[in-house]
Amino acid sequence: MTARPVIQASQLDLTFVTADGPVHALQDVSLDVPPGAFVSFIGPSGCGKTTLLRCIAALETPTGGKLSVNGMTADEARRARAYGYVFQAAGLYPWRTIGRNVALPLEIMGYSKRDQAERVARVLELVELAGFEQKYPWQLSGGMQQRASIARALAFDADILLMDEPFGALDEIVRDRLNEELLRLWARTQKTICFVTHSIPEAVYLSTHIVVMSPRPGRITDVIESPLPAERPLDIRDTPEFIEIAHRVREGLRAGYEE
Amino acid sequence: MSMRRLSPVLVMVAGLIGLWYLAAVPMNVHEVLTAAERGGAEVSPPSAMERRDMGNWALVLRNPEHLGASWSSQRPRLPAPHVVLVELYESTIDEELNGRRGLVRSGSLSNRSLVYHGLVTLNATFVGFLIGAGLGILLAVGIVHSRVMDMSVMPWAIVSQTIPIVALAPMIIVVLYSIGVQGLLPKAVISAYLSFFPVVVGMVKGLRSPDGMQLDLMRTYNADAATVLWKLRLPASVPYLFASLKIAIAASLVGAIVGELPVQQGGLGARMLAGSYYGQTAQIWAALLVAAALAAVLVWAIGAAERRALRRMGMMA
Repeated sequence: MTARPVIQASQLDLTFVTADGPVHALQDVSLDVPPGAFVSFIGPSGCGKTTLLRCIAALETPTGGKLSVNGMTADEARRARAYGYVFQAAGLYPWRTIGRNVALPLEIMGYSKRDQAERVARVLELVELAGFEQKYPWQLSGGMQQRASIARALAFDADILLMDEPFGALDEIVRDRLNEELLRLWARTQKTICFVTHSIPEAVYLSTHIVVMSPRPGRITDVIESPLPAERPLDIRDTPEFIEIAHRVREGLRAGYEE
Repeated sequence: MSMRRLSPVLVMVAGLIGLWYLAAVPMNVHEVLTAAERGGAEVSPPSAMERRDMGNWALVLRNPEHLGASWSSQRPRLPAPHVVLVELYESTIDEELNGRRGLVRSGSLSNRSLVYHGLVTLNATFVGFLIGAGLGILLAVGIVHSRVMDMSVMPWAIVSQTIPIVALAPMIIVVLYSIGVQGLLPKAVISAYLSFFPVVVGMVKGLRSPDGMQLDLMRTYNADAATVLWKLRLPASVPYLFASLKIAIAASLVGAIVGELPVQQGGLGARMLAGSYYGQTAQIWAALLVAAALAAVLVWAIGAAERRALRRMGMMA
């Protein structure tokens, strides 16, 4: 990789102080994310994958090590609105229509009315929700709500998209379709995506890089660069290459447990 | 409303009215027997002194033939429902239509009518409610945003509500009078004193209702506190606000009435106290009914505003 990494973590440590004593959420995490990569973080609960994502988003502050995002500190990057963040739940405001929900970051960032309308229309089209602009969140299914929240994260066109188990609460059929859509969206927008999941097929299907993590303390045990082609139909999951990568991920997860 | 929903309500009301008529018999028996004796009838026991020391029920049992007057006594302790309704009619519609000082003859509301006194109370209620609700919202915003205010204001707000308002009201009026404030404002202050508290409690809860994820989302946009308040906390608090406004408007009415007791310059509170000075119990009850009806209308109006607001916000189908 010759391009300068978009996200660069070296020897990141994060210890939470709790009533029961310190918890090592992250220990000695080093990682380079090249521009345009699709990086999945996979591991069991408590492995620090979400915490790592929140560090990148400057929602948590590491207690040790160095972290840079777009060549700045994570907090500077947050202030510069360098990333869009998609949470586990859609978290749409019930008092705003889908269109106005997507426009929320644009309003806060001071885009003009015309600019807002244009961007809202564009990203809603991107997540295939064109025509739902005037609907309220409760009128949409869970999958559609999550797509709207992705549109909201895309609206201000940050280079980085951070996604924390965005499809975790959805059923498998909806999830498959959203995975496919997400790949298409990634190809069209050329963004760098960091994606937290605990589904092996999802991680292998989506990613250019799979970061395998393990708990207590939270750390990276393996980084797998996927040999799969950029063009990935859903049935690629039945090919030997896919199964081999999935196997390696599973081995990595198991190794993390047995230590 | 369908008959199915209405009939239990009607049964309940009929039962209460029946109980009321029944209760009027022992409550008024002393006056009834005194009046009968003056009219030349024989009552038992004949001595007024003896009767004074006897229980109400005993007198009822010993004088069944005189009890017919229980519901039409001149100075009843408990006026019968129809007596109250007649008083209500006479002191509202009849007074305004036919009274010397009524609307029809004098062109302005009679100061002897409950319409006039109801409006006086309503005025103080509205001003007090606006002050109280406004103050409550401001305090809640302060409490949510400042740790110092959270620690200092809330305990005082709670303490303020433990002082009986009837004890405090005369002091507020005297203190305000000594600095030249009188009329509507002292009543509104007492009214606001009662109504700010539910608004503070409800709004603090409402402003804190957005969860960690929604606040984190705002952080990812690098939104400042004012933006978070305006775009997230305030809209999220609207359902909580209306719930507490319903309590606050009723409390405002009570505050205004209590504020009218010591002043005697009009209002339902003044009418109630005047009624008790002159033994006009029907007048007290009529004023009470008007106050209850006002409270019902005010709470209903807040509910209607709530439905309207939530529908406009898309939070109600």
